Amino acid sequence: MRALLDLFITFAKIGAITFGGGYAMLPILQREVVEKKQWVTNEDVMDYYAIGQTTPGIIAINTATFIGQKTKGTLGGVMATLGVVFPSLIIISVIAYFLNTISESELLRSAFSGIRVSVYILILQAVLKLWKTAVMDKVGLMIFTVVFSLAVLTSYSPVYFVIFAGVLGVMSFRLLNKAVK
Amino acid sequence: MLLTLYIEFFKTGLFAVGGGLATLPFLYDLSDRYGWFSYEQLADMIAISESTPGAIGVNMATYAGFSTAGVPGAIIATLGLVSPSIIIIIILAHVLERFKQSTLVQGAFYGLRPASTALIAAAGFNFMYHDLINTSVYSGLQSLMDVINIKALIFSVVLYVIMQHRLFKHLHPVVFIAFSALIGILFSF
Repeated sequence: MRALLDLFITFAKIGAITFGGGYAMLPILQREVVEKKQWVTNEDVMDYYAIGQTTPGIIAINTATFIGQKTKGTLGGVMATLGVVFPSLIIISVIAYFLNTISESELLRSAFSGIRVSVYILILQAVLKLWKTAVMDKVGLMIFTVVFSLAVLTSYSPVYFVIFAGVLGVMSFRLLNKAVK
Repeated sequence: MLLTLYIEFFKTGLFAVGGGLATLPFLYDLSDRYGWFSYEQLADMIAISESTPGAIGVNMATYAGFSTAGVPGAIIATLGLVSPSIIIIIILAHVLERFKQSTLVQGAFYGLRPASTALIAAAGFNFMYHDLINTSVYSGLQSLMDVINIKALIFSVVLYVIMQHRLFKHLHPVVFIAFSALIGILFSF
């Protein structure tokens, strides 16, 4: 029970301080569930993001469900997800109620112009942390370069990239294993 | 009405693959079919959802639900959106746990990890590009200063350097977010 409450509170905290959606959640996830709580590893987080992008539903929710499930089973998955959406429910309901006064505030506009910078710098920092475990050899570097370029330059759904990388991974893994034997 | 709302957002959660903005086409479709909210309201929802804490898809569902049926609508729409994720991911997690040792799963992840990291990096790059480069002023003769948001560029470099310093390296990300908000208020990019 305590562990479930801990999951709910931790994910509510993550939901409340994530600006910019699922990808921007990564640095905060690393801090809270990898470094502080040590519920999952950086490798786990990468796997969840990869799966979260190919399965139905939005990435932030899929990742939260995964981590919750890994920590405390099915109920854990449910609690983590409820936790991460809880702040949105409150904040958005309040904003929707007072919309006009808020969207015209010059102060808030300026504040967000600063927050936007921190969002991508934090993502950059998070990617650098993943780099060591994600890109371990030439195959990894090649996949990273191809997927990054295609994702920036084209507007294809990430689903294709993830499937491509998965198939390539299976093939090269088999080849490498054979070479070792 | 609430049941319809739940079912419609359940469908959105089931068919939207990817980030929160992948739910957008489904919301336009809801606007067309039910008239629960207008296209203008949707534009506001996107702006608000992107600039408030939380997952963008969840924020949009909450907002759309609230516009349709108040607080109960907000709760029902959000629960509808997350239900398919919970079901699918929990089943998938059990399957993965069982086949963790198979070379098929290990090989797949061997390829997926760099791809996953690349997609996150690309998302970060897109955020940065749209923030630093003013794409609306391409027409006519402009100086480089008009195209690049110099103040934001300088601040992003400064922020990155600060983050690498050993005194600040271990601070919680929220500290940097709050600091950036303050800098934004002072210098307005």
